[in-house]
This record gives sequence, C-alpha cells and structure tokens, in this order.
Amino acid sequence: MISRVLIANRGEIALRIIRACREMGIETVAVYSEADKGSPYLDFADEAICIGPADPAQSYRSIPRLISAAEITDVDAIHPGYGFLAENEEFAQICQDCGITFIGPSPQAMRLLGDKVQARALALHAGVPVVPGSDGIIKDEVEAIKVANKIGYPVIVKAAAGGGGRGMRVAHNDISLRTAFGAACAEAEAAFGDSRVYLEKYILEPRHVEVQVIADPQGNALHFYERDCSIQRRHQKMIEESPCPVLDQKDRESLAQSALRLIKEARYSNAATVEFLLDKDMAFYFIEVNTRIQVEHPVTEMVTGQDLIKWQLKIAGGQTLDLRQKAIKHNGVAIECRINAEDPATNFTPCPGKIDRFLPPGGPGVRVDTHLWQGATISTHYDSLIAKVIVHQPTRAEAIATMRRALQEFVISPIKTTIPACLEILSHNLYVKNKVDTGFIDRNF
Amino acid sequence: MTPEASDLKRIKELIQIMEEHDLVEIQMEHGQDKVCLKRAQPQATNVTALPMPGPAGAVGGTARSTGPAGAQGQPLPQEEGLVEIKAPLVGTFYQASGPDSDPYVEVGSHVDAQMVVCVIEAMKVMNEIKAETSGTIMAVLARNGQAVQYGQPLFRVRSD
Repeated sequence: MISRVLIANRGEIALRIIRACREMGIETVAVYSEADKGSPYLDFADEAICIGPADPAQSYRSIPRLISAAEITDVDAIHPGYGFLAENEEFAQICQDCGITFIGPSPQAMRLLGDKVQARALALHAGVPVVPGSDGIIKDEVEAIKVANKIGYPVIVKAAAGGGGRGMRVAHNDISLRTAFGAACAEAEAAFGDSRVYLEKYILEPRHVEVQVIADPQGNALHFYERDCSIQRRHQKMIEESPCPVLDQKDRESLAQSALRLIKEARYSNAATVEFLLDKDMAFYFIEVNTRIQVEHPVTEMVTGQDLIKWQLKIAGGQTLDLRQKAIKHNGVAIECRINAEDPATNFTPCPGKIDRFLPPGGPGVRVDTHLWQGATISTHYDSLIAKVIVHQPTRAEAIATMRRALQEFVISPIKTTIPACLEILSHNLYVKNKVDTGFIDRNF
Repeated sequence: MTPEASDLKRIKELIQIMEEHDLVEIQMEHGQDKVCLKRAQPQATNVTALPMPGPAGAVGGTARSTGPAGAQGQPLPQEEGLVEIKAPLVGTFYQASGPDSDPYVEVGSHVDAQMVVCVIEAMKVMNEIKAETSGTIMAVLARNGQAVQYGQPLFRVRSD
C-alpha cells in the first residue's frame, strides 16, 4: 500500500485526490505555483510545496520540479490528476526510473493507447469496431485526398498525439480538405509538439458515449458502465450523464465488453476511459482511449457507488481488483454540469476575476466538486473550469429537475459563469427528449 | 528537587527547545510564575514576526524536519536596501560544493551578480545558484541539507 502521495496537479482534482487519500490514511503532498498560493485546499494536504511561477511550463508541467519536490518530501507515489502531465509517457517513465509509483498505467501501455493511430490498430485487432479511416498517419494532402475519397466525405483530420478536442478539422470535399489538413497539422504541432495526423470518416450527428474501465497489472479489468457526453461545445464537454439514455441493455453490454477487450489487449492497468461514437442506427465505433482519470468521473461514482480515485490508489499500491463485475450495479441517473468562468453572452470569453460571493448548492442528490472559495481570484493561467455540479436521482426527469434547482441556487458573483448556459440546455426540448448529438450545442446556441 | 533547582531544570529545557527549533523568544506562564527567554541574534536586524512561507506548516501530522515551510524564526527585512536571494528551484540546499569544502559565502561575504552563493540539488543534479545581485550577505536563511521550495528566501543581502 502507498503511504505518501504527491499530487502533481491543482484545483478541484487535487482536492479530490487529497480527499481520497485522507480517507485511506495516505499522507499527501500538494504542489502549487505562485498563482495558487494561499488556496485553502492546500491546507488539507499534509505538506504543500511551491514549485514555481504561474506558468504551467515552469510548475505543473515541469517534470524536474515535480520530481524534485517528490524527492525532498520522500513520497512513494505521484498522482498526475488529469491534464498537465497525466498522459505524458516521459513523465510516467521518469517516475518509474526514479522509483516513484506513477498512479496510472505503465509508460508502455500509455504510449500504446495514447497514440490514436496505434490504438485504432489495436482495436481492430481486438475485434472492436472502429470508425472507417486511414490505415495510419497521413503524410500529405495528396494522400489525404486519396483516402478521403475512398472512405467518403465528410471526413475529419485528427492529431495522432491529440486529445481534449484539439488538432481536429472537418472537411466536406477535396478543396476544404487541403485547408483542413494544413490547419490540423499546425494546431497539432502547437498543442502537442507532434504534427502527425490521420483521417477518419466524420460521423454525422453522433452521440459521444464512453466506458469507464479500471484494470490491474494482473490482467483483471472491470467496467463501471458508460457515460454520455454528447453535450459539447467545440469539442469541449459541458454536460455528461449516465446511463446513456438511448442505449438498450444489449447494446450497453456490447459496448462495455468491447471496451474491456481493448483494455486487456493493451495490457493496461489503472483507470481508463474508452470513447466511442454512437450513430443514428445505434452502431458504435471506437475513437480513442483516455489513459487517465477524467473530469467527469463523479458521474460514474454516483451511479455505481464506487470511489474511482480510491481504486486508482489501491491498484497503484499493488492491490488486485478484488471485485466481481456482477457486484458493480448501476443505480438511477447522474448528470454533471461543468461550470466554467466564461461568459455565454459574449461567445464564452474567459472571465477571470475575484469571486466576492460563493454559495454552492446542497440538499438531497447534489454533489459539488470545486476548490473555490469566497474571495478566490480566478487567474488567466489555467483552464476555466471552476466547479462541477453533479446530481443523482432515480430517474432522468428527477435528475434534470434537481440540476436545475441546484444551478439556480448556485451563486458565483460577480464573475460571469456558464451556469445560465447550462440552465438553458437543461430546459431545451431536445435535451429533455434525448434528441441530441455532439453538434447540438454548436447548432442551437 | 528544590523549587529553585526545578526552575533551573525547566529553564534549561526551554533553552534546549529554543535551540532545537531555532526560536528567538519564548514565554511561559504557570500560575504566578512567568519565564521569558530571549535569544541573542547576531544576524537579526528587526524583531518582527515572520509569516510562514507556505501553508503547509499549519497542518499537523508529520514531524519532518526537512519540511521547507518549517519555522525559521528569522525576521522579515524591513530596512531599505535589503534584498532576498530566493530559491529558483525546488530541492536540497547546500552551502558548499562538497561536504569538506568551505561554504561559498558566509555572513559578511561580498557578492556580485555572477557569483555562486550556494548549490540546490534537484534530481541528483547540483545546480549552482548565482547571487544575481550585488552586495554583502547579512543573513543565511536556509540550513545545509534543508529541503527548499521555489521562492523560498535563502540569503539576505544588503545591496551596494
């Protein structure tokens, strides 16, 4: 069992990890940049170390500073959270080389599934349906056009090293594909330092459905059911829920088994999310694996009653998955709204600033995951996610009603937040009737 | 034990606590009795309270003496012309290049911007830290072998 963990992250996920560690009797070391100095959640850790200035490159994403902090505080493990270095194979490798347990997959498994092209190939091998696409990396525009015409427009150019919805461009014909190809490569280079791209058929109006999986190094893997994350704005998830409201039991089981096959094929361990697109005919296609814990993990925790962060810590500490699949039950409906410090009225421009009044909602069926407090200042250095509101009720209608009530109660002022946008979505006829897809927001708002 | 002898024993214990934890002043009241001890500070310029450099010290738990936010009992520079050299890295502070070498600088040493004042070891690499300021060392704020965090004050320098 792990005895001391350094949390290589910040904000709400750092607090989430500290909470799980405390309940398990694991000591915690939090790190912070100068921009996060004074954050109250740092006081909940046993120790807090300043590792650098606000710029993430010199703090939260600086491998030398993180490892150094880990060494001087004598931790035996590092939890990378999500974002930052969570899916950085080099970081995972260096932790291993330094004798520090990385709470996540091995560098090899991360490398294998983190490369979208290799993951596709592995999926095919494991008998998991994939989106029709290129056999590998597309070298240039000429090849792109050839492949696109073979699989049929519209197509999407995607970064091999990508994630988080970046380095992606849709094209409907040869001419727009030329531009799309160049743009996607450039964005991929800028965002991930790797300009390699591949091509996939662009599925029209798909639902985004992902399966939560936890595996151990002994080859055991369990699924914790699916989440529907179709409510996205420019590929950024806004609202997530479980179960997927349009899947029947047979399809749900088939989806989950596909996810498990892929994870086992990759000899993956710890937490992962396998992402699929669901088309109008309820056919699903694998797109990618996220080799980390995700922002929306609380949705799964609410419907299964399982603590996913604790599972991560247990697996990393050497415990096997001593749980049977049958013992993981799915109860009711959970919905999560991500609250960002952005102004919906001005095209979601970021709204940094000081929070003078902060009153999070409560009551039955409501969970709020946030690191914020009254008096906090939202800076421009990090992403704009400031809170997650998760509700859990026996039915979808009740969950929506509770979420509306909770969001109406939630006071964050004077900065602008996306709460009004979430409320609009929750009352939208199409959302309530489950007639949504990943283009819903971009089309209607 | 006679009352006077037990008083003396208590005072000796307090002195030991002060030295161990680098405290400047300690006051103890017990009923009618009151003991107040102040330690002479050759390096101090002011006796004002030092705010903790990080929030970690507030939470109990580990008794790690390498904790970078441990109380140092050194006063904050209020005088003009005093500049702090702060750690640009996270790591272990060393005053000299090796265990048998002389310290790079001491109180009273004169430094210029390019002069190496200490080493911070990070990930098995010894990083030489330059003064980046010109003046005289007035205080050494970190102990040899102490873990230091980013931004932690290491030296106080009176600028030229």
